[in-house]
Amino acid sequence: MIPVFPALHIFCVLKWIEAEDMASDHPRRIVLGIGNPDRGDDAAGQAVVRILRGVLPLDVEVEEHSGEATSLLSRLDGVLEAFLVDACNSGAPSGTVQRFDVVTTPLPKDAFGLSTHGLGVAEAVELGRTLGQLPPRCIVYAIEGDSYEAGAPLSQPVAAAVADVANRLRSEIAGNGKSGEQAPCMKLR
Amino acid sequence: MASKTIKVNYLARVEGESALKVVVRDGMVKSAQLSIFEPPRFFEAFLRGRAFTEAPDITARICGICPVAYQMSAVHAMETALGITIDGPLRELRRLLYCGEWIESHTLHIYMLHAPDFLGYAGAIDMARDHGEAVRRGLALKKAGNEIIALLGGREIHPINVCVGGFYRVPRRRELLPLAERLKWARDAALETVRWAASFDFPDRERDYVFVALRHDKEYPFNEGRIVSNRGLDIAASKYDEHFEETHVEHSTALHSCFRGGGSYLVGPLARYSLNFDRLSQVAQEAAREAGLGPICTNPYRSIVVRAIEVLYACDEALRIIDAYEEPERPSIPVEPHAGVGFGATEAPRGLLYQRYRLESDGTIAEARIVPPTSQNQASIEEDLANFIGGFLNLPEADLRHRCEQTVRNYDPCISCATHFLRLEMDRG
Repeated sequence: MIPVFPALHIFCVLKWIEAEDMASDHPRRIVLGIGNPDRGDDAAGQAVVRILRGVLPLDVEVEEHSGEATSLLSRLDGVLEAFLVDACNSGAPSGTVQRFDVVTTPLPKDAFGLSTHGLGVAEAVELGRTLGQLPPRCIVYAIEGDSYEAGAPLSQPVAAAVADVANRLRSEIAGNGKSGEQAPCMKLR
Repeated sequence: MASKTIKVNYLARVEGESALKVVVRDGMVKSAQLSIFEPPRFFEAFLRGRAFTEAPDITARICGICPVAYQMSAVHAMETALGITIDGPLRELRRLLYCGEWIESHTLHIYMLHAPDFLGYAGAIDMARDHGEAVRRGLALKKAGNEIIALLGGREIHPINVCVGGFYRVPRRRELLPLAERLKWARDAALETVRWAASFDFPDRERDYVFVALRHDKEYPFNEGRIVSNRGLDIAASKYDEHFEETHVEHSTALHSCFRGGGSYLVGPLARYSLNFDRLSQVAQEAAREAGLGPICTNPYRSIVVRAIEVLYACDEALRIIDAYEEPERPSIPVEPHAGVGFGATEAPRGLLYQRYRLESDGTIAEARIVPPTSQNQASIEEDLANFIGGFLNLPEADLRHRCEQTVRNYDPCISCATHFLRLEMDRG
């Protein structure tokens, strides 16, 4: 029988092998690209990690994630440095990038879209804070979206912001960036 | 006459967008309408013209919480259409996969969505400040369920490893052993969950429901069984359409299910439990008795306890399956397409999930029909509100609104599956 989506199935088998390899060596640092790849600009976070996959230091795990709160919080367990990238809807011009140090500052809940059962990134961060389960360093990059139509590609401003955030993350993770010393919430565009 | 309107523009802790309107006249609830205004997603139309082999992957995209249920009803329908039966280890692995979904879905609802109603919190984050240990237990328990799905389904959400005829890949026995160790902890945590939920205060409300669920000769139902009720119904899944129908109601974009000839019914944990108590494992039956439940439960507010018992059962059953697991010779059996009609009815966490497909001779899907549990429960949700809210009308407005929301959450409704926000409008005339 021919699998329906052979590439997807092969990818997932490879992910299995990768997961088994990683199990004994829990990552100290992680980058999570959050969103839905099939809903226009909601794919921004996942687009960033696709650029970063294979180009970051080996101890940094790079992963796409749906954003479901309990699963996301579970993914942050035991992590020392976490970088989350997600689309947001704060009313700023599309493509605007915001950086939040969520260890010190809550995310503006209204700016982040709701996930399944209304539990998304903002809820995961606050639940993690309440339970003392946030990583010692936890940074959220938010890219202002424009369109979230099913099946639509990234809008031009968001595509540009995706490349920008990928570059900033490479620099910050490499220790070259000064982002960590910036104010908790900073407009970068 | 005093006129009063209560509006809640967004009901949290429910999957999907809908509105609720309760009409009160002279101190009596005259009507209650659950209005689902989320646009239909046309999954049945997406399926037409696709190969029968694509149904498990397409239907798994319907829901992020209960994708296994959609996959399972789809593959069983295809397999009956094509005249094949899955048994032995492959059948057991599908049952194990379903255990994972019940554990993660029920635990999410118990701890993150429903428990705050009983403990007086706006949500799980507020509750976690005072009940941190319980919330940590819930998160870890849910994770155990997700790990089963990740291992057997290839990933936690929208799994991609189920195919018509079996699986694309089956686990080695050694892969299941670490899972068993985690599930032993999870079974203890599930028992703690039953005791925790049973300690809540429950409104004293009962209804004479028409329960509908699967019933199997030997098992608490996941994948197989006849569709039975506490009113004498006992039919094969292939007879579903002869006894149930979906109708359009003006206030909702989701179809309402009822018995042909009229009458609502209830699917889900309460129905499953009350029709299958004798099929629960000994540890689950003992936990139910300890929690103060008899073999039948007709108080919908106690559904949180029943869900916890089903989590306990799922952990127990998963351990049984892993202990007995023998690796199959091959991950799937060969399937040759031909024309046919197939029916699948399985037990999603929220209740009976029915699918019907007609296939062309080359296996192309000519017709598809999907009846999710929340569609079947809509009428019953409205009747619960009409029956129960009358007793709460003397409460302060905020408390009354909370009771309405809690009553809807008894069902763990998945509005998105049925067709998202719940807006409450209380019209007191």
